[in-house]
Amino acid sequence: MTEVLPDAPDVGSLPRTGETYNIVGTSPAHHDFIEKVKGSLLYAADWRLPGMLHAKLVRSQIASGRITRIDTSAALALPGVVAVLTAEDVPYNQIVENASGGLGEVTVSQPVLAADRVRYAGEPIAVVAATEPEIAAEAVDLVEVTYEETPGVFDAESALADDAPLVHEEGNVLVNWNIVRGDVENEMAAADVVVEGEYQSQHVEHAYLEPESGVSWLENDVVTLRISTQVIEHATEIAEILEVPESKVRVIASYMGGGFGGKEDMTVEPYLALVTWHTRKPARMVWTRQESMLASTKRHPFLMRYRTGARQDGTIVAQEVEIIGDAGAYPCLSARVLFAGAALACGPYRVPSVRCTSRAVFTNNVPSSAFRGFGAMQVVFGYESQMDQLASKLGISREEVRDRNYYVKGDTIPSGDEITTAVAVTQTRELALQELGEGPPPTASHKRVGRGFGCGMQPYGRTIWFRDHASAWLTLQTDGSLLIRSGVTDLGAGQAASLCQIASEVLGAPLESISVYIGDTALNPPAGGTFATRQLYMSGNAILRASHDLRDQLTGVAEDLLDAADGELAWQGGKVQAGGRSLTLADLAKECQQRGVNTSNLYTWRAPGGKFDPSTGQGGTFPDYTFGTHAAEVEVDLETGQVEVRRYVASHDVGRQINPVRVEGQIQGGAMQGLGYALMEDCPLDEGQAVSTLFANYLIPSSMDMPDIQVAVVESGEGRGPLGARGIGEPPVGPTAATIASAIEDAIGVRPTQLPITPERILKLLDEAGSAGAQTGEEQA
Amino acid sequence: MKTQIFLTVNGEQHELWVRNDRTLLDALHDDIGLPDVRYGCGEGVCGTCTVLADNEPINACLTFAVQAQDVAIQTLSGLTNASEELHPLQKCFLEHGAAQCGFCTPGMVLTSKVLAQRNPSATRQEIRYELVGNLCRCTGYTKIVDAVEEYFGQVREQASTGGGDR
Repeated sequence: MTEVLPDAPDVGSLPRTGETYNIVGTSPAHHDFIEKVKGSLLYAADWRLPGMLHAKLVRSQIASGRITRIDTSAALALPGVVAVLTAEDVPYNQIVENASGGLGEVTVSQPVLAADRVRYAGEPIAVVAATEPEIAAEAVDLVEVTYEETPGVFDAESALADDAPLVHEEGNVLVNWNIVRGDVENEMAAADVVVEGEYQSQHVEHAYLEPESGVSWLENDVVTLRISTQVIEHATEIAEILEVPESKVRVIASYMGGGFGGKEDMTVEPYLALVTWHTRKPARMVWTRQESMLASTKRHPFLMRYRTGARQDGTIVAQEVEIIGDAGAYPCLSARVLFAGAALACGPYRVPSVRCTSRAVFTNNVPSSAFRGFGAMQVVFGYESQMDQLASKLGISREEVRDRNYYVKGDTIPSGDEITTAVAVTQTRELALQELGEGPPPTASHKRVGRGFGCGMQPYGRTIWFRDHASAWLTLQTDGSLLIRSGVTDLGAGQAASLCQIASEVLGAPLESISVYIGDTALNPPAGGTFATRQLYMSGNAILRASHDLRDQLTGVAEDLLDAADGELAWQGGKVQAGGRSLTLADLAKECQQRGVNTSNLYTWRAPGGKFDPSTGQGGTFPDYTFGTHAAEVEVDLETGQVEVRRYVASHDVGRQINPVRVEGQIQGGAMQGLGYALMEDCPLDEGQAVSTLFANYLIPSSMDMPDIQVAVVESGEGRGPLGARGIGEPPVGPTAATIASAIEDAIGVRPTQLPITPERILKLLDEAGSAGAQTGEEQA
Repeated sequence: MKTQIFLTVNGEQHELWVRNDRTLLDALHDDIGLPDVRYGCGEGVCGTCTVLADNEPINACLTFAVQAQDVAIQTLSGLTNASEELHPLQKCFLEHGAAQCGFCTPGMVLTSKVLAQRNPSATRQEIRYELVGNLCRCTGYTKIVDAVEEYFGQVREQASTGGGDR
């Protein structure tokens, strides 16, 4: 199903495995890291410009209704207020995103500023600009918006009813993906056992510590924004909104204080652009934490219904999956999230007959969109719960049921896509369970200890029909230092630093001699946003090839100067060496200048493309996957319902580690986010209104809440990233909830099916289990 | 209405005119220009605005600038001011990879530094307890606690060999 474009060289043609590396595989402290521990790194809110205004949004206070009047006069009369902009001040008041690339979702646009109708509490209605932030805040309260409330719909399943209020006239279903293979009816009927389950996940907040923020100014008549964003390519949409040529908008991304998908859609961008466009003045906008909690996008709550049919020996023969995702009020990236959910709904298991439907449904809740794991993580809770159920129904071990069904290289996923690299999921499971071992007994007679594990499979790289590409531009300066320019954005995971390591490896330029310039639509070749665990895969492959090409460009001159034979050169430590003779990169670069040899290379790497046919539910999906297993030991308090995670191990096949410390950091951080999702985090909404927007009430794991995360890395060397690397940004968040549920079931004999698994839900489960639960308790006590 | 105030920050005195409702956070970040004191929540929950007031960690977002005139304020950048050389605690953060996005790092370092002075024998669990007011969304805390633990070991060693206060 995948095709390789003629200009996409085969990954196998470059050194990947079995080679020794000098820089790749080590964990040096990079430029960004040193600045971070000094506190000197500048984030998006750290810029101040002469005459800068402070911009703030007026947001809808109701979840569904018509705007009958907006009175800005009192706000405008407040001294210090420079502008109050509403829908009529927006040249093209639409954010149009065909998230799936136009493969079947209805086209619904989101206004930049709501004009006549509001669809969620927190939706932007006006933007105020004032000379001081306190004045802007005061002016926001003075903008009088009159509403006529209309009935809303607040959960996705109700929104599917025929008589449900319409969030958009086009209908409440944004997209309905179907992935179909084989004959599910007959296979299910012929199965020895069938297990069914319904699983539910919740709204989750990204909770990056740096809120949405940025500054804007006009420079040479170009609207310039320096913002916290994962995607500088939104410059295109900003230009559309302002109705100016794309060349008149420049977006610069600062290093982010976390993103996790929450800075993948636009946040402050269109509002800053409007203020600067109208006032011709610089502006700054920083969302308060409470605004961010209220109105930033969330993780999709999924309702998942599974039916799994298997033979007596545990071999799966058929699976039916229904997924309903709450998209909230606007499309954002929901079509793509629900696609990932559909494509990965069966997990790392071979399922010959599949019918999966996955719908993104509009409600009058805050919009859901990208969040680390992107639909492929919610379904882990579904498919892993099914596997454990199957094991207990068949009376075989949880390991055995999985061993019967794991993919191997060459298998096809339900959409028909072939898995072309190693599947080392068994290895990750064995490592994780071995590291977990057996812990101490319960600490009290009313507590129970349990152990469990969960396996996961997460794509890296964009869906292949987007024909993704990324560019990197390398220049060897005449003093031997190296410049890297690439439009990547850096979330804090070392996106820029890993480019330096790869270039250093190939060209032998010491890391301290490399400067990397990223995240600028004007001065960098585009690399695509940092999302979909794509950046190492994409810009990493681009920099690897740019480095090889640049080395090839320089090789002739170096061989000549060193009187070296073909293939004799070694590039290391800022020098080129051959047969005991050596030449500095500086001298080489100077000589190249003299001889008119180009010391720059701009490389655009194109990922393999492909097609998916939404009508048949078959076709290409993702470039490749990262597999892993997590294992946990929990202690459950039968009296309070409290779950303590005593030990946690996370194992992934990362292909090859470019920087082991950063890899470990990604895995530990991802697992921790997953643990928050599994046990604590929830954004309760009451008819679309956030019950609380205080950070004090939205609990993310603190240093006290969770144990150390032990990491066990597998390096199969078979990823499709540079030097055989796989992406590791999203994968570690996936298996956590299933792992915890599995350990809890082991402890108390009942399985949680709704997230987060709060003490209240544990107590309810224990109550429902009734006397059976109590008996088990006595036996164990 | 604005009030004239004097703040002592990282050993230097600053004269400012601020509204009475100006937070210490805004005065430090915006008026004095210290990017290492950051807005994260404005509720005293996340700890990204942590500064030391007379060597006591406080949330600058919950303090008015006018209240901070009689204390010596230290921010993370005060640790490296003199020589640009990293403080040993910062070096431990660097060696252990104890930062990802880096937004929580100033608060983590400052809180840990005070704990090191009070109780360099703190256990891993005690370190976790003290850092509870500094949230991190990236690292999962393991590497942060590793870094702090190593620094505490250095402090203990210094103390036993009669070295000076770090």
